[in-house]
Amino acid sequence: MLQKSKALKSVSYAKYGYYFSIPFIVAFLIFMLYPTIFTAILGFTDFKGVATTTYHFLKEPFANFASILQNKTFLNALANTVIIWLMNFIPQLGLAMLLTAWFTSSRRRIRGQGAFKVMFYLPNIITAATVAVLFAAIFGYPVGPVNDLIKTFGGEAFYFTNDALAAKLIVAFIQFWMWYGYTTIILISGVLGINPELFEAAEIDGASSAQTFWRVTIPCLRNIMIFTLITSLIGGLNMFDIPKLFIWNGGPANATMTTSVFIYSQAFSGTYLYNTAAAASMIMFVIIALLSGLIFFLMRDRYEVRLRKAARRARREMLRARKEAHA
Amino acid sequence: MKKRSKSNVPVYIVCIILALLSILPFWIMIVNSTRSTPEIQQHAISLIPSTHIDNNIQVLNGKTFNPFTGFINSLIISTGATILAIYFSTLTAYALFAYRWKLRQPFFTLILAVMMIPTQVVSIGFYQFMYQIGMTNNFLALILPSIAAPMTVFFMRQYMMSSLNLDIVASARIDGAGEFRIFNGIVLPIMKPAMATQAIFTYVTSWNSLFLPMILLTRKENYTMPIMVSLLKGDIYKTEYGAVYLALTLSVLPLLIVYFILSKHIIAGVALGSVKE
Repeated sequence: MLQKSKALKSVSYAKYGYYFSIPFIVAFLIFMLYPTIFTAILGFTDFKGVATTTYHFLKEPFANFASILQNKTFLNALANTVIIWLMNFIPQLGLAMLLTAWFTSSRRRIRGQGAFKVMFYLPNIITAATVAVLFAAIFGYPVGPVNDLIKTFGGEAFYFTNDALAAKLIVAFIQFWMWYGYTTIILISGVLGINPELFEAAEIDGASSAQTFWRVTIPCLRNIMIFTLITSLIGGLNMFDIPKLFIWNGGPANATMTTSVFIYSQAFSGTYLYNTAAAASMIMFVIIALLSGLIFFLMRDRYEVRLRKAARRARREMLRARKEAHA
Repeated sequence: MKKRSKSNVPVYIVCIILALLSILPFWIMIVNSTRSTPEIQQHAISLIPSTHIDNNIQVLNGKTFNPFTGFINSLIISTGATILAIYFSTLTAYALFAYRWKLRQPFFTLILAVMMIPTQVVSIGFYQFMYQIGMTNNFLALILPSIAAPMTVFFMRQYMMSSLNLDIVASARIDGAGEFRIFNGIVLPIMKPAMATQAIFTYVTSWNSLFLPMILLTRKENYTMPIMVSLLKGDIYKTEYGAVYLALTLSVLPLLIVYFILSKHIIAGVALGSVKE
């Protein structure tokens, strides 16, 4: 190792930085990086069938990817995934923004916020598998609590899980119901992190609460909202538990078949088409990697902005010190 | 100035409706787990418990859903995964925070880059790899990967930047303590609040996860709670309404209890997660 005099103090300890990172790096290489590479490789092979261990690379390397991108079920699943996510995220963000505006309003002073937050967040902590089976029972046909209510009010029992649109809507609703509390808490804590002087200034200038919300609060929350959007989208693209267990086989006309359910059924439920499942996985991986790259750049930018600010301040102080020295 | 120009009544009405919406499905679930199948068939919605829970337990006992096995298996996996994730994430964060080493910045960049990538999208390669080395049906395949938890490392590093003063570490060095002992004896106790928060979320995430356990654990005696729940979609439960509700209740009862005991910390932890600066 090079012994540089200027870094004398840190050189003797620097090696512990490596030592303490070893477990993470080893686990990362084995359990994350290798499976990623392996999945990518399998996407180029003929690997399928139960208990096979040998595989060959395809003559046309992109054949699996081409066949997946032409597979109607996969494309339908991809569309479903995005549609269900949109049906859940738009009302979710809307409601979360409304609740945030209410809960942080200095004029309203809503009581019991703590208890409300505990209630709103509750569905998020409950096992998604249980939630899915529970909602399947609640929307059960012909006997289920919802149909019981419909019949009590003189309607006719509706076969929710046999109707493509209803099934999609319910899956989206479950996602919405599980996540709006989380988004609300995130947004509220974002608002509480805004410099209070901004709100005081707005009040002095005579801004209405609506003006303050749209002109001060929302612009300040921009980054947090983008972060929420992208994390929700990544989570949404992986949606599995709810659609899988609400209706077992993708629902009527595959209405609730998401890409994760598709990949699972390609590889693990009887067909053992690991190669095409791997190709589909890698397509999702690329989409998700692009999205998380977006978050990465957003967050990096903020670091850089702060670094630049600090550098500017240091330079200014240096100049001032130099001036003072000259004077 | 118009003060109190707006009534808060609509706000409270909306909030109470939402709160009821959160509670009602679970209330129906718990109540129906005490009712007999004929009762449920007559009226599937009822807010008053009945007396048939014993019968439902017996129905459940004769079938594949085994809450006790599922509970123990989930407990082993979640506890193991949480301990490893919390300890090694704190250690990794400390490596990033306390030492100046050449690859520190590239390493942190790597952590940021992979933070959002879910393991689920590479499950095919993960499964095949585990199959080749004979680790399917082995809990370690679900426990060991949590040694590398980028999100937790990121959070721990944030917490260290605000709460860990390296002067303490420096004075311990003067007293002749080794680096590893300083970490275990001085840094870990300071990190306790952050570790507790992260432990709750890691535990719940691990407890609730379905995809990887479902593909890796194929033997009945290894099923986790969520896999047990997925069995309830099978045909043998088609008409056993009371038993299904009871099984669902048993699968979330521990979570509900823990949630209401720790709710304050959990909500605070969620809020903290947003302060990603």
